[in-house]
Amino acid sequence: MNSAITTQAASADDVAERGQLDSVWKNNPGLVAWFSATTHQAIGKRYIVTAFVFLLLGGLEALLMRLQLASPENTFLGPSRYNQIFTMHGTTMMFLFAVPVMEGMGIYLVPLLLGTRNVAFPRLNAFGYWMYLAGGLFLYGAALTNTLPDAGWFAYPPLSGPEFSAGKGVDVWAQMITFTEISAMCVAVELVVTILRMRAPGMSLNRMPMFCWSMLVQSFMIIFAMPAVMITSTVLLLNDRTIGTHFVNPAEGGDPLMYQHLFWFFGHPEVYIIFLPALGMVSSILEAHSRRGVFGYPALVLSLVGNGFIAFGLWVHHMFATGLPQIGEAYFTAASMMIAITSGIQIFCWLAMLWTGRLQLTAALHFVFGFIFIFVMGGMTGVMLASIPLDLQAHDTYFVVAHFHYVLIGGALFPLFGGFHYWFPKFTGRLIGERLGKISFWILFIGFNATFFPMHAVGLQGMTRRIYTYGADMGWGTANLLSTIGAFVIAIGGLVFIVNVLRSLRQGTVADANPWDAGTLEWAADSPPASYNFTHLPVITGRYPLWTAKDSRGIVTGLRPDRREVLITSLMDAEPHHRSTLPGSSIWPLLTAAGLAIGLVGSVAAFSWYFVMTALGIIGFIGWFWPRPPLDVK
Amino acid sequence: MKRGVLLLLPVGVAFAQQSALDPAGPYAHRIELLGAFFLGLLGLIFLVVIILALLSLTRRHRGIDQEPLEQNHRPSESTERRLTRTVGIAAAVTVLILLGLVVISVSAGKATSTPGNPDPANALVIEITGTQWWWQVRYPNEDASRIVVDANELHIPVGRPVLIRGTSNDVIHSFWVPNLQGKRDLIPSHVTTDWMQADHAGRFRGQCAEFCGLQHAHMALWVIAEPPDKFETWRAHQLQPASAPADPVRQRGQQVFLDGACALCHAIQGTAAAGQVGPDLTHFGRRSTIAAGTLPNNKGNLAGWIADPQNIKPGTRMATVPVKAEEMQPLLEYLEGLQ
Repeated sequence: MNSAITTQAASADDVAERGQLDSVWKNNPGLVAWFSATTHQAIGKRYIVTAFVFLLLGGLEALLMRLQLASPENTFLGPSRYNQIFTMHGTTMMFLFAVPVMEGMGIYLVPLLLGTRNVAFPRLNAFGYWMYLAGGLFLYGAALTNTLPDAGWFAYPPLSGPEFSAGKGVDVWAQMITFTEISAMCVAVELVVTILRMRAPGMSLNRMPMFCWSMLVQSFMIIFAMPAVMITSTVLLLNDRTIGTHFVNPAEGGDPLMYQHLFWFFGHPEVYIIFLPALGMVSSILEAHSRRGVFGYPALVLSLVGNGFIAFGLWVHHMFATGLPQIGEAYFTAASMMIAITSGIQIFCWLAMLWTGRLQLTAALHFVFGFIFIFVMGGMTGVMLASIPLDLQAHDTYFVVAHFHYVLIGGALFPLFGGFHYWFPKFTGRLIGERLGKISFWILFIGFNATFFPMHAVGLQGMTRRIYTYGADMGWGTANLLSTIGAFVIAIGGLVFIVNVLRSLRQGTVADANPWDAGTLEWAADSPPASYNFTHLPVITGRYPLWTAKDSRGIVTGLRPDRREVLITSLMDAEPHHRSTLPGSSIWPLLTAAGLAIGLVGSVAAFSWYFVMTALGIIGFIGWFWPRPPLDVK
Repeated sequence: MKRGVLLLLPVGVAFAQQSALDPAGPYAHRIELLGAFFLGLLGLIFLVVIILALLSLTRRHRGIDQEPLEQNHRPSESTERRLTRTVGIAAAVTVLILLGLVVISVSAGKATSTPGNPDPANALVIEITGTQWWWQVRYPNEDASRIVVDANELHIPVGRPVLIRGTSNDVIHSFWVPNLQGKRDLIPSHVTTDWMQADHAGRFRGQCAEFCGLQHAHMALWVIAEPPDKFETWRAHQLQPASAPADPVRQRGQQVFLDGACALCHAIQGTAAAGQVGPDLTHFGRRSTIAAGTLPNNKGNLAGWIADPQNIKPGTRMATVPVKAEEMQPLLEYLEGLQ
């Protein structure tokens, strides 16, 4: 054990140490330095802001669709444009918004919650962000050249195959997946290692904050789920399209159902990848806002882990209509319903917290209440969809559209907004406006329900998904008009949220380190945190270090302040193990990502670009891993 | 029961042409019943959860402006024990409810995927082939001369189970007639099956439910359920080739059809037209719609469809065949006369 741990409070005379830490950790000014940043706060913020831009784009696409469907036989968008827009909407929301924004929150918050200085692999972290950005720019760059995918965000062959989707749109879609998957894998790996080996001394696994648990489970899910979609989109689909492999081409003996199995083996866990972090946020918000410790910690953790496992066992409920054998279908019905047990237990635990807490009804807590309302309703329709006969009626209708928007917007977006309000002072150093926050909540909540509730009904009345128009005699007009109006109400709610954020950034009340009097470690750091998070890494004796008496809080001493040193602790009990020096800023993650991106983008035009990618990638990695002088020499 | 379900759905209860909430056969009926049960039970649970959540606001709630609150508080041991017990019971009840739901769901699944009639040999078999963007319908028969081929319309006898055997010529489609049964995907290189039955005579609309490209929105079909004797009459008529046109106008129309590009894609039994790409038109005049439910079948619509199919159904595989103005009327007369 290299570092001594004292249980005494830090001496007030830290100024020199802070100065040293600052000079080692801070991101230097200047453009090159900006592109070289590897601190988790910088990368996390970039993920969140970029993802939010994609949320706006995806939302804009939703509004276009709603305009088209507002009235029967509308000619605002033609079939080709409509198909492109719903494909872009789904792809953007799933791959470019929902997963990255959760990863961004994780990257920013996890090291703070764990009481460490950065994620385990800072350069990989930066590289992951640049790959994500490149993938997003690639897809929307293709939009500028009118090369848009139009086979849906799921791109089922044979429709997405070379015979029925000519042009480069689907190739762009498939290769964009590669970018985002690489990015997701980077984040998952580094968060797993960070969470398992970089917790503050004393933070045994059973003292870890719920949000970190949710990110841990989510990261493992990414590691197991994402390879499946890379196989479907790149190996099966893209190779079928570019070099004629016929993996999923029925005309040449390939099987389109194999694609569906693999796609949903990823696609169903993807839903949980999106909303597990949100569940962690709900726990965090509730702890601080009910001013009591989380209720049922072991039950909540086991439910999260259970969700993570079960999520891999129910992909077939997306394929009930393909007519698989009965006995298998019964299994998948049972598995799909089982997820309601683990989700239900979490809801019960939160209700118990609300019931015995001293609630502060802030904007963040409003979003948690909104979450409970919307998510529970989405969960109920989810149980209905797990039943095969009901699913066969509801599948691919607007009932399902309603269901998964309830689950994803209610289960992920509302907690995310709640979390954003809650952690805003930590991100920015200023409190977010409570009044506008509550107003935006109510507008979003009402708009959401006005948009999506009618879809339940219109779906059961026969309105299928992904149709660009419908006849006036179908009887779907009123419900669709209501949905369109609701969609614009949501847009207004979003605008109020943006106004609130911009106003609070300039005029918000300056926040101290812990404006909510919350108990977890991120609130021990400055608001916004210094580039090194903590002057002294904390030592933990309970789940809520900031709710324990001040004089019983310990700190880690013995870490060198003159380099980027962090403490590695043991997996289960977080006992100090050794010191480790993290790499500093580097431009190479960006250059490597750019090199790979050039190759991947080119590969859509010709297979030979993969060689370019390999060559540029090798150059990038050589630069990245070029031996440097011993770390002691500064 | 039906009214009950509708009451729970506050909007759009206006007449819908195709609806899972208006079952017309035993399969759809069983599913609707199951759905109503799920909806009632789950709706109740939802209400309980929401009421509990909202009631928590009234409990010892102190507003944010009543600071300072103590930093945190720890509920008493007995409170926590009570909570643990309550949550445990709630979880156990959840498990039991879900177990029950699995059982009734699986049994309903079995009932809706097997023929209700004990003698499946009694079943009528219909083969459906999904094609961008229309439905080929075929009534197979061991006797090749008794095979009926039709498009975008299924005639079925009331009260008799129908076995749908489906596949696709191109991309994945999904066969769905909500008033009669849940949907079944039509997948190239696979054959999928589904049972269907109508309890009373009527016309039931169906629509492709799996996204299949540009004109996914315009891929509808009609199921016409008739008393068995009427169905047999219909089938006997379908077996007849098209009758030769008697009047000169229709004769001219037939000539236009056979000499032009039409016959390259469409077949009319009893003539030289034997194209297999588009729908069989032998009894076209008896169909209620044009272009897979896109337009009502009448001369005006047919003229528009032939003159510019891309305008009516952008992306359709139907070729734009130049028809001279003076040839259009005879062609329309001929086609609409194909009874």
